[in-house]
Amino acid sequence: MARITAGVGCSHVPAIGVAMDTGITDQPYWQPVFEGFRKSRVWMKEQNPDVIFMVYNDHCTAFDASCIPTFALGCAAEFQPADEGWGPRPVPVVKNHQKLASHIAQSLVLDEFDITIMNEMEVDHGLTVPLSVMYGDVGPGEEWPALVIPLCVNVVQYPAPTGNRCFQLGKAIRRAIENFDEDLDVMIFGTGGMSHQLQYKRAGLINPEWDMRFLDMVVDDPVAASQIPHVEYLREAGSEGVEMVMWHVMRGALNHEVTEVHRHYHVPASNTAVGHIILENRI
Amino acid sequence: MHQEVQIPTMEKDYEDIPGTFVFDADRSREGYHLNQFCISLRLQANRDAFNADEKGYLDKYPMSCEQREAVLKREWNRLLELGGNIYYTSKLAANDGINFQNLAGLMTGMGVQAYRDMMLAGGRAIEGNRYKSEWEED
Repeated sequence: MARITAGVGCSHVPAIGVAMDTGITDQPYWQPVFEGFRKSRVWMKEQNPDVIFMVYNDHCTAFDASCIPTFALGCAAEFQPADEGWGPRPVPVVKNHQKLASHIAQSLVLDEFDITIMNEMEVDHGLTVPLSVMYGDVGPGEEWPALVIPLCVNVVQYPAPTGNRCFQLGKAIRRAIENFDEDLDVMIFGTGGMSHQLQYKRAGLINPEWDMRFLDMVVDDPVAASQIPHVEYLREAGSEGVEMVMWHVMRGALNHEVTEVHRHYHVPASNTAVGHIILENRI
Repeated sequence: MHQEVQIPTMEKDYEDIPGTFVFDADRSREGYHLNQFCISLRLQANRDAFNADEKGYLDKYPMSCEQREAVLKREWNRLLELGGNIYYTSKLAANDGINFQNLAGLMTGMGVQAYRDMMLAGGRAIEGNRYKSEWEED
């Protein structure tokens, strides 16, 4: 049977992808950002998951304002990296485990999570930057080491789904994966954050104390973390910080007891606090 | 464990955050055509067409006169006031060669270098920036 082995929380700042794509990761500005992922890349090689279930948000790339699904599951055979306005990232096409994805889609709806099914979709930095930071440089002619099932969460138009809803969805995703009759190691990623505000006069807001408390809660008291109201994210972690609700999907899919294998936090990457955590299920 | 479901009301508990527009259903409705214009610039062919004839290109989008003016004048904060969302307006900025960080430098009125320096020093602190009552303006 398929199983969830570990969870990864990870920012997906577009400038991190640009830094990798333009080969400037050794510059003093970027070096500390990437230093924190060195251990993660070794760990990824050791873990070598068959499939990554990637919870991320689309940044008005695959979805414009005409259609705004709260949860959209990628069920296509593959997903092309999108042109987000400055050309597509030079990274491989993202390939799906299509059979598992369609099983999860079917299972989730019967489990009363009425997701949208995407049979055509381009993917943006929200999905490809976490792959890049965890795997290192992988060129467009190569392949990502794992298959990837994308789950897009609306965090652009208020309100995003509640933390509780995301947490419960994580549990349903786990139920679906554990009922899939193929021997697969599946890793789940929750991406986005941490504190940041990209817009208007309060742009640049960073709240490291709040971010640290969030990380601690996600590890040790995930139910309480999932109850944080939207207004707290908006006020304390910045208007774009609300995307951290996606971490609760990841956390909900793990055991209540987890082992924190690695944590990394750095300010700034462009406008954003970079946060990263690796959690293994405690057996 | 399920939380007690709150009955949604018309109250907006996020309207007292200073220097911030929460892109909710009301703003989304108001900014729809503006945002659809911005997102069209994701594609090179559309960027070329817009850059060749901005006014002609904008005629395809039934936005308000105020929104149209703000686009043509690149009034970044005005675009947000009129229902624009940063993930959309950033496409217009990208077309002009302005990245997220430099756009923030413009929106905050700090200028690009001062804003970049603030971020390097740890960003804008939360103290004094939680409530509109803590700001003299806004």
